[in-house]
Amino acid sequence: MTSKSLITTITLIAGIILLSIVPFFIAPHEADFGGADGKAEEAITEIQPAYSPWASPFLKPPSKEIESLLFSLQASLGTGVIAYYLGYNRGKKVARQ
Amino acid sequence: MQRNTYQYFVRIGLLFLALLLGYNIYPVKAMHIMEGFLPPLWSLFWFLVAIPFWFIGLRQIKQLTPHTKPLLAMAGAFTFVLSALKLPSVTGSCSHPTGTGLGAILFGPFVMSVLGTIVLLFQALLLAHGGLTTLGANAVSMAIVGPLTAFFIWKTLRRRMPESIVVFLAASLADLLTYLATSVQLALAFPDPLGGFVASLMKFGLIFAITQIPLALSEGFLTVLIYKALQTNAAEELRTLGLKGI
Repeated sequence: MTSKSLITTITLIAGIILLSIVPFFIAPHEADFGGADGKAEEAITEIQPAYSPWASPFLKPPSKEIESLLFSLQASLGTGVIAYYLGYNRGKKVARQ
Repeated sequence: MQRNTYQYFVRIGLLFLALLLGYNIYPVKAMHIMEGFLPPLWSLFWFLVAIPFWFIGLRQIKQLTPHTKPLLAMAGAFTFVLSALKLPSVTGSCSHPTGTGLGAILFGPFVMSVLGTIVLLFQALLLAHGGLTTLGANAVSMAIVGPLTAFFIWKTLRRRMPESIVVFLAASLADLLTYLATSVQLALAFPDPLGGFVASLMKFGLIFAITQIPLALSEGFLTVLIYKALQTNAAEELRTLGLKGI
């Protein structure tokens, strides 16, 4: 890796970290950093009070912990594939040289 | 990367910041459309829109050379990872990036529509995130509108600007437009009784799109990182796909 490209890489990573930290300082005080259950649902009920969902989720993770387990499984499986691919190609390149 | 490149990034950053400050910031929760939250006719309609893309995408995947198939797996994995990352946003709630920009640049919007739908299906089946009845609609926003955006930006700008800037723009705007598309879908299904479609669009747009702006930036940076890694390690595969390696 050339030094220029290294600097770019570090800058990009720093940018991503910064973007994930800044929200905690500038978000409104009542912020709860919630996720899954949506404000969109509330908005729908506001617009059409009579609307009720006509289907429910196929499987609902029994708890927050199980949900986060599945999400981390999803992320780690994906990361595994990416790391394998990059590592495999890198090894191939080195072997060729 | 040249100095120019940095200036571009700084300018784009400032533009996004200006956009952000212009809006009322309040806490929202932003994700895909929940199970059962689109009326049956709209669910059906979005499935009908998505089906041709899946059809063409599957055919294109079959035609890929064995040489580039591992890269396809990698593009799918990238979406898989990114849509599992719920990141905090300035509005005080969390949402996740889409990761569809990379695959759209590499393989085009049709192939990406298949990969994106697989991820949505996984989350709908196991995580109660999104839903089966809303799969068509969520596929249109995340796996079709996003990739189409990335693909067109890539095609139009790639010879006019530094490549990493174009990758950044393609990925972050794909992310942003995904959530705009979600807002449009919800506004179409739930027009405001007084203000109609436009009033609803403003409402859902505030919920979905604003939260997404900082995440779109993160997604842009992440995609540039992985694209750079591909240029160094998979230059040959990129060339096979008609892209410039190093």
